[in-house]
Amino acid sequence: MSSEAGTHDQLFHRDDYAKKMGMWLFLFTEVLLFGGLFIVYAVYRFKNHEAFHEGSEELSTLIGTINTVFLLTSSLTVALAITAIQKGRSKRAINLIMVTLVLAFAFLVNKYFEWNVKFEHGLFPGMEHYKMLSNGEAQFFNLYFLMTGLHGIHVIVGGILLLIIAEGIKRGNINQGNYIYLENAGLYWHLVDVIWIYLFPLFYLIT
Amino acid sequence: MAAISVPKEYVNFFDIKKGIASWIFTHDHKRIALLYFYSIVSFFLVAFCLGLLMRLELIAPGRTIMGPQMYNQVFTLHGVIMIFLFIIPGIPAIFGNFILPMTIGAPDVAFPKVNLISFYLYLIGGALALSTLLYGDGPADTGWTFYAPYSVKTGTNVTVAVLAAFILGFSSILTGLNFIVTMHQMRAPGMGWMKMPLFPWALYATAWIQVLATPVIGITLLMIIAERTLGVGLFDPALGGDPVLYQHLFWIYSHPAVYIMVLPAMGIVSEIIPVFAKKSIFGYKVIVYSSLAIAFIGYFVWGHHMFTSGMSAEARIIFSVLTFFVAIPSAIKVFNWISTLYKGSIDIKTPLLYALAFIFLFTIGGLTGLVVGALATDIHVHDTYFVVGHFHFVMFGGAGFAFLGALHFWYPKIWGRMYNMKRANIGFAIFIVGFLILYFPMLVLGIMGMPRRYYDYLPQFTVPNEISTVGSWILAIGLIVIIYNLIAGRKGPKVSHNPWGSVTLDWTHTQSPPTTFNFEEIPEVTRGPYDYSDYQASDEQI
Repeated sequence: MSSEAGTHDQLFHRDDYAKKMGMWLFLFTEVLLFGGLFIVYAVYRFKNHEAFHEGSEELSTLIGTINTVFLLTSSLTVALAITAIQKGRSKRAINLIMVTLVLAFAFLVNKYFEWNVKFEHGLFPGMEHYKMLSNGEAQFFNLYFLMTGLHGIHVIVGGILLLIIAEGIKRGNINQGNYIYLENAGLYWHLVDVIWIYLFPLFYLIT
Repeated sequence: MAAISVPKEYVNFFDIKKGIASWIFTHDHKRIALLYFYSIVSFFLVAFCLGLLMRLELIAPGRTIMGPQMYNQVFTLHGVIMIFLFIIPGIPAIFGNFILPMTIGAPDVAFPKVNLISFYLYLIGGALALSTLLYGDGPADTGWTFYAPYSVKTGTNVTVAVLAAFILGFSSILTGLNFIVTMHQMRAPGMGWMKMPLFPWALYATAWIQVLATPVIGITLLMIIAERTLGVGLFDPALGGDPVLYQHLFWIYSHPAVYIMVLPAMGIVSEIIPVFAKKSIFGYKVIVYSSLAIAFIGYFVWGHHMFTSGMSAEARIIFSVLTFFVAIPSAIKVFNWISTLYKGSIDIKTPLLYALAFIFLFTIGGLTGLVVGALATDIHVHDTYFVVGHFHFVMFGGAGFAFLGALHFWYPKIWGRMYNMKRANIGFAIFIVGFLILYFPMLVLGIMGMPRRYYDYLPQFTVPNEISTVGSWILAIGLIVIIYNLIAGRKGPKVSHNPWGSVTLDWTHTQSPPTTFNFEEIPEVTRGPYDYSDYQASDEQI
């Protein structure tokens, strides 16, 4: 056993570059996962131009804008957290991650109220009002729920990752000399942000 | 070639730790490969039996042993298991995991824990797929393609089957991601990209397809689940959805997936042939580039599955032309393998037989592929048994035979013992004869016009169907001989670390069976991967 451990240390070395490359590859898969939905969006928007316009009138640009500000700011705080840990300021890094999580939570609360209004208006698939929509408008709301829903799941996953990382920093496992996990979680968080940057105009702004 | 640097006394990766826990929580790429091996072979045998049942049903017109609904479910489950649980993971997850690190001089893959997670995702996906047998209206009856709108409407367990495919896709992505990083970061010192053996190269091209194509099917399958659970109507024409869009999304993944299945098989043939010709591979760089070209072009040909689904004439012509382009790199490989054999000192052993069978069967599969890739002829043979024959020649004759070839080739490396070669050759002979009798009549039936996916057929198709079913029995006998021989080989004579006299690192610098971290120290690579220029046979060889 001890000789095995010895050989292990001799043959393996920590490779942060490999971990980062792995994360980037994973992000490619995420982009393509959403890519499928973007293709469907493009096709149905092309087919139902008017209906998509009417659908987007139902969404509140104000709430969307506020959420965009939340997410963009949270990307900033994650980036700052990485800088903080590079400089050895662990406490500050934890605080910045907490700010990120608060912003993410605010985003989700906002989203919750937004979806709730749709439910009250009966706009979810299968509900009263939804059934009376034209096919095109129904497709708009299908895609709205699918895409913002999948994005919301990613916000939750990203938040959990950051929470685990914050715990790691607290215990000292993630520190000035070894912060690749925070960097990777940051990359993931930026991806969540970037996808929202496309979702926001597609659903709220384009008329 | 430098002699092995590991001392004769050593503890191999089997003996270093014992007990179930040392296997199910292992991070050793070789143990994970064996976990995959036993699971994948089990699933393969289930689907193989389903295939035999289908052939039995088709031995005579009318109902023989099952009705139409059950037949639909059997061929769907056969397809789902064979594709998602056998061919796609088969070669990369077993031989890629076992051999890749050793052949590039690495102690393990880049992310051993991710490797184990990917295995468990595979197992969960497989269990879910099989679980559809047990409840509700039974397994899906849609065909492995899950075409909408039928897949949205049928009462069978499509949701679970689709979820299983989604999870299996995730497992496939993680394997591909792991391999890409491993090859970028962990090649032995001195092994530049153009000194990397061809099996890793094939896995590299495959891994990019796994990473870049699989998410598309993932989201498509999630949309099917949303359709079934929420009734959103994305692919339902009655609700303004477009079923042809589903087909596009499905084949955007599933055509590249065909190359996930066959590229690693080509990599194995490229490994086996130089070893048994004792000659450097002909056109190393061209084979590398052709693997990458197949992976690249493979993304742009999906429309050829949909020539009769409703696409514009322009789109059909473009897809047809692009499809013909894929034939070029594939043919380049075949010519290079044959050129490698030319004037080699050929030593006909079981692995080489499988490699040669691959070339023969893959050529038939490839040429019939051009028949279905051409617009005019495709209209005639679309959705007939010609297509069934074609893809079994490519998938089974190609990837399946390469899988068995790889198993016979690396068997002494994995278990350190040798099977009975004579019996292996007999098994091979029965197997390939059965194969040809089973699938060649399907090409004929297709030309005659017999449609695929029916449990019944017109009386004039009877004779070829009978021949085909008899072929399936011969194939099964061959498989039994092969499996028996391999199991018996576990008690066969012990072999040296390099019984075939190969010059790649997996043979020259590791023991059989290897040690846990493969190498005592990472070897330094100074020469090309297939350099037999100063090769001398040793008496430790077989």
